[in-house]
Amino acid sequence: MLSEKGSETVEVDSELPDDLTRDSLALPNPSEPELARHYTRLSEMNYGVESGPFPLGSCTMKYNPKFTEDLAARSDASIHPDRSERSTQGTLGLLHELQTYLADIGGMDAVTLQPPAGAAGEFTGILVAKAYHEANGDERSEVIIPESAHGTNFATAAMAGYDVVSLPSNDAGRVDTEALEAALSEETAALMLTNPNTLGLFERDIEEIAEMVHDAGGILYYDGANLNALLGRARPGDMGFDVMHYNVHKTFATPHGGGGPGAGPVGVTEELTEFLPDPHVRATETGYETYTPDSSIGKVHGYDGNWLVLLKAHAYITRLGDAGLADASAKAVLNANYLAEQIDYEIPFGPFHHEFVASAGEQDAADAAKRMLDFGVHPPTTKWPEIVPEALMTEPTEIESKRTLDQLAAAFNAASASDTDTIEHAPSRTAAGRIDQTSAARNPRLSWQALEEEE
Amino acid sequence: MSGSPYAPHTTSETTAMLDAVGVDSEEALFDIPESVRFDGEFGIDAKSEQAARRAVASKLADNDDLTEFLGRGHYDHYVPSVVDHLADRSEFITSYTQYQPEVAQGFLQALFEYQSMLVELTGLDVANCSMYDAATALGEAATLADRLRSVSGTRVLVPDLLHEGRRGVLDNYVAGGDLTVETYPTTDGNVDREALAERVDETTAMVYAENPTVRGTIEEGLDTVGDLADEHDALFTLGTDIVALALLEEPASVGADVVVGDGSALGLGSAYGFGLGLFACRGDREFLRQVPGRLVGASEDSDDRRAYTLTLQTREQHIRRERATSNICSNQAWVALRTAMHVASLGPDGLVELANDSVRRARETAARLDALTGVQAPVHDRHHFREFVARVDQPAEAIAADLEAEGYAVHAVGDHEIQVCVTETNEQALDGFVAAVSEVVR
Repeated sequence: MLSEKGSETVEVDSELPDDLTRDSLALPNPSEPELARHYTRLSEMNYGVESGPFPLGSCTMKYNPKFTEDLAARSDASIHPDRSERSTQGTLGLLHELQTYLADIGGMDAVTLQPPAGAAGEFTGILVAKAYHEANGDERSEVIIPESAHGTNFATAAMAGYDVVSLPSNDAGRVDTEALEAALSEETAALMLTNPNTLGLFERDIEEIAEMVHDAGGILYYDGANLNALLGRARPGDMGFDVMHYNVHKTFATPHGGGGPGAGPVGVTEELTEFLPDPHVRATETGYETYTPDSSIGKVHGYDGNWLVLLKAHAYITRLGDAGLADASAKAVLNANYLAEQIDYEIPFGPFHHEFVASAGEQDAADAAKRMLDFGVHPPTTKWPEIVPEALMTEPTEIESKRTLDQLAAAFNAASASDTDTIEHAPSRTAAGRIDQTSAARNPRLSWQALEEEE
Repeated sequence: MSGSPYAPHTTSETTAMLDAVGVDSEEALFDIPESVRFDGEFGIDAKSEQAARRAVASKLADNDDLTEFLGRGHYDHYVPSVVDHLADRSEFITSYTQYQPEVAQGFLQALFEYQSMLVELTGLDVANCSMYDAATALGEAATLADRLRSVSGTRVLVPDLLHEGRRGVLDNYVAGGDLTVETYPTTDGNVDREALAERVDETTAMVYAENPTVRGTIEEGLDTVGDLADEHDALFTLGTDIVALALLEEPASVGADVVVGDGSALGLGSAYGFGLGLFACRGDREFLRQVPGRLVGASEDSDDRRAYTLTLQTREQHIRRERATSNICSNQAWVALRTAMHVASLGPDGLVELANDSVRRARETAARLDALTGVQAPVHDRHHFREFVARVDQPAEAIAADLEAEGYAVHAVGDHEIQVCVTETNEQALDGFVAAVSEVVR
């Protein structure tokens, strides 16, 4: 156990003068076997994609191939970012290839790999849009975002200094074009949209939406969270999107790592290329080099992003190729539709692609999810998007077999059939029982030092 | 190859599933208007696993095999094998954010332990469980200052020697608010405290300093910087790294309100700039409400057993949306796990020893270079940590290029200044390096 009780306090001696150093340090001091047992035990108390199905809507939890881990662990992949370009042609070459693959997949003209996560990609994309408007002497103050969008969209727009205009959905769960018309103005800097949207629905009016946004002088931003539904079938660039981010940890199977690292490359159309972050990689006649685009927004990461994650995405894309990427989308969509067919909860909107949002109806969706844990599966995303009451947002991905989907459906149906008392006291078959979130927030204890103080 | 190697469907299963859904082809499931369907090709050929692996390896082989003496805020320390093996356990690496804590106790406890280690190392009350890298963590510190009602002013003051990557990111993070960034001068690598005192006033929101600095010098008298910030109602943010924290003055004891920096100095290696952002701050109520990023808290389960959960989520983007304290969703949790593992594997003695070695190696290496004709090292009359700047008579760019031809990488940081960083990963190459410098400086 690594804890306050396992810590050892040591005096800190040094050749430095005493007034420049600390006096003591208390940290855990396990032997290597103790360390191995500690973290092995913790891993056993954790659910991952290799533990069972993990159908978290909008999170795209798919299998992470093993060989990409081996590539990322190579010593020649781990070089210092300040090395000369002449000596890092291999790394720059791989970055350039990945930029090219992603640009092709998204229908974009150029891609930067610098953003270290999807939300960082959004921030980068919105800064690019802002720089574009400013370069045109066109100060704009608003970003329009559908109510059902990811929370990061709203936070990103605010971070970039924009006011957020929230856009309601129509009765079909799609963008309400009349409401969009009303929201658009000379103040509109961008509309942020994912397609398919968070209900899994394809925005069929996308070309009209793009035209409306462009007519108003705005930029159309594509949130790539749901790109797994479209690989090889449709491209954001062809739909009229000007900027997009890719979540390589979703679409391109790099591990989510319990909350990161991800990587959030950003693609842009040609007219926005000059605003990309510094540095950008390009091919020359003799190799590869980095440069600062003419009107670059500057830096969005200390160096050039989460390189080892990008390396895994590169390997995944070359493993699948055109046919594999298209098949991944096809099977992801087939799996979502098949699973939806098997479950008892109501699904109010369709037809959907790779994910669907069921409603727990009279049940509390969070309770229903806890009940599903009792059947050895991970529950879907709950309570969001709010368009669907007591939402269970479900995305099985392409990796699940029919048999696993049937198991997952059984867990949904068991939760659906559970009485109130049972689900309110679920889970009862997991290592830990229902955890008291309220007391954790009311009385924050965020370190073992805080626990010690309490005792 | 006709499909994804990771989709398990047999032809008959696919048919059965299509039947169950009531369509006759996968194509029929795509509700995409004809006008925006894509029927082209990317031209990416599917490869066998072996071929995909070989393609990446062959490209990486185009990198020159150099021994790096590079640092400037990003460091290569030896990562013990036990870290790789434990962190790669699939339940850790293939999991998502811990939204269902009942089946995520392992990762939650590991992150709680990481937070606790940072609390011990910084002396501050609260640490989040990771930011992207040191540069973005600095940006987050500035926006925290902007949000705190208890801090007045809009000017962020940073040293003139601030790493260009950190400065660039900071500029972008403050662009959406009312903040402006200004530099204050340094003397001989360290904060010029008198000059800083002239610049700090009631319009200052945040004062940023680093220890060790980007040139590897160790600051003296940071407590006076803390006092200065405090007197003028500004936040004092200190930049550092996880190894330095084991040895140098505790940030809390010099008055730091926030600590940011590089955590990947342990647990990750160079990784071409892939990082882990440290973020710790005071635990006052106002700070707790405004701190960016995820927090793991201790709680109890239904049987009153100790349990962990993500907490204070009302600050986060999925709850507060445009009023969130940060847009961060995916962060660097797995890297934080690796760093915590590395810290635990060293233990307090091992970490202090590594930090002390970082002082010794810089001093000894500088002395060896100083003994060469045409080199003065270190140029700053300071104590150093891991790295130092050396003056060379020849143009620095030419020296760096000549050294590269000999198989060594150093920074050229001025017309006649190179910077050299030594850790346990390149120490064994020191004799050859010193001989090479001796050759090329003539």
